[in-house]
Amino acid sequence: MTQADQESGLAIKIRKSLPGFTLDVDLALPGQGVTAVFGPSGCGKTTLLRCVAGLDAAEGEVIINGDVWLRGNEHRPVHHRPLAYVFQETSLFPHLTVQQNLDYGFSRVAKPERLVTMAQATEWLGIEHMLTRRPHRLSGGERQRVAIARALLTSPRLLLMDEPLSALDHASRRDILPYLERLHGELAIPVLYVTHSPDELARIADHVVMMNRGEVTAVGNLTDVTARMDLANRDNDDPGVILDAIIGYRESKWHLCRAEFEGGGLWVRDNGLPEGTTVRLRVLARDVSLASSRHDDQSILNLLPATVKEIAPGGHPSNALVRLDLNPRPLLARLTRRSVDRLELAPGRKVWVQVKSVAVLD
Amino acid sequence: MDTEWQAVWLTLKLATVTTLILMVVGTPIAWWLARSRHWLRQPIAAIVALPLVLPPTVLGFYLLVLLGPDGPLGELTTSLGLGTLPFTFEGLVFASVLSSLPFTVQPLQNAFEAVSSRMLEVAATLRASAWDSFFTIAVPLARSGFLTAAVLSFAHTIGEFGVVLMIGGNIPGETRVISVAIYDHVETLEYDKAHALAAGMLGFSFVVLVSLYLINGRLNNRRAL
Repeated sequence: MTQADQESGLAIKIRKSLPGFTLDVDLALPGQGVTAVFGPSGCGKTTLLRCVAGLDAAEGEVIINGDVWLRGNEHRPVHHRPLAYVFQETSLFPHLTVQQNLDYGFSRVAKPERLVTMAQATEWLGIEHMLTRRPHRLSGGERQRVAIARALLTSPRLLLMDEPLSALDHASRRDILPYLERLHGELAIPVLYVTHSPDELARIADHVVMMNRGEVTAVGNLTDVTARMDLANRDNDDPGVILDAIIGYRESKWHLCRAEFEGGGLWVRDNGLPEGTTVRLRVLARDVSLASSRHDDQSILNLLPATVKEIAPGGHPSNALVRLDLNPRPLLARLTRRSVDRLELAPGRKVWVQVKSVAVLD
Repeated sequence: MDTEWQAVWLTLKLATVTTLILMVVGTPIAWWLARSRHWLRQPIAAIVALPLVLPPTVLGFYLLVLLGPDGPLGELTTSLGLGTLPFTFEGLVFASVLSSLPFTVQPLQNAFEAVSSRMLEVAATLRASAWDSFFTIAVPLARSGFLTAAVLSFAHTIGEFGVVLMIGGNIPGETRVISVAIYDHVETLEYDKAHALAAGMLGFSFVVLVSLYLINGRLNNRRAL
């Protein structure tokens, strides 16, 4: 392992007593991309984020890409940590205009350390036209966009977001999600994103930390974690696997295009995305059925060869959940136990996967 | 009439100096009371509030004893070459600061309590130190509290009588403020002179309070918008 390898990544080890349980995590996370911290309300996600920021005191160790923020008695004060924090509810300073709010963090960062310019931040978040307004003249979604821009303008080396959309109504949420997805492409810094919404998780995360009652129940990339059967059954009544794919060949006549991924591809609706665009697909287990041989004389377009990896009980006694290997990508299928029995499914068995519907999330 | 204007001038000087000192002394006390969870919080709050409930003569009496030539503070000021404070303008300022302290601390404390700790956390994540965020976030957000504190302290110092009489006496140009002058005039049955000063005080106090309420009303409305 080279020095650089050791220094990249987030090492987060936190122990803290909370009412009713203890927050106890030991995480080694990638030093880039969006890591979603996902779990039910009150599981300690927000406290974890606050401990990483230094807003709450905790024992442990926080090392961000080689930079020690917390270790033993070394506790760096919040304002000396190169982080940005987006809070759940509106956090704009009410006595300052939007521009002054943006300047607040920006002006406190030394000039040579400024990596994000005012023009970039306002353009990314689409707030150029509201700079002279005061926070009370903005909608909830606009305020949160300003808060995100203000956070980015400190050129952070870690962006912490605590359910930034949860205080917003459905429309504002839909309005702001594209901006977040866009940041994902523009920023090279790691993001810790706390959420309890499976939808935000599916759209934004690259990696996932699943938490329950102060403990980490799963860590991994989004595809693998969404394909884990124990979690699929427990945390989600409509499990589905997230796959990242690239738009390839299109059939204009039928308004369809191929979304290609390693080990396969799926026909999806052509939304006009150019070839080569990365898209995120969600394949729900209930939309996947299996056959022991290839049937072309039926309506389903997406047929893929796969191997059965694991069979587990589904939510209802009549159901089973089957994990499939598309080599290397996984997929989940929800079948009746009767079908499992009739097809004589067992781990290692080769099958044909029929995917009835695929959602393109972007 | 010269002695009258002397009393007016002295009163304004006393109130101004007292208010300035109180803003400097009262702000950290109010901030600590608003933010701390220390067990001494309640006892300190009670001490600050004492002048509200004590008869001014009690405060004046103890100050006289403490600051007098045989009192501990009196010995200290004498050894520092300052002489003794009772019956001097400086002594009057000292007493006024104590008796008006709750009028500074309580509005400021209320205003600081209304500044959410979230705002200060946000400032910290935007690289502001505790001092920095105090001056750039807490003070501006608590501005109506500062205004109220300054106006009430100023007005209360002007209206103070008992403490002033006990510690300052009635020395023209040094300690004879308006309230004492009025008392003097009434004693000597110079009602017309008492009327002039009393009416002036009444008008002044009313104008000050109305202005305060109007300005605070506007500040609050703007925030609520």
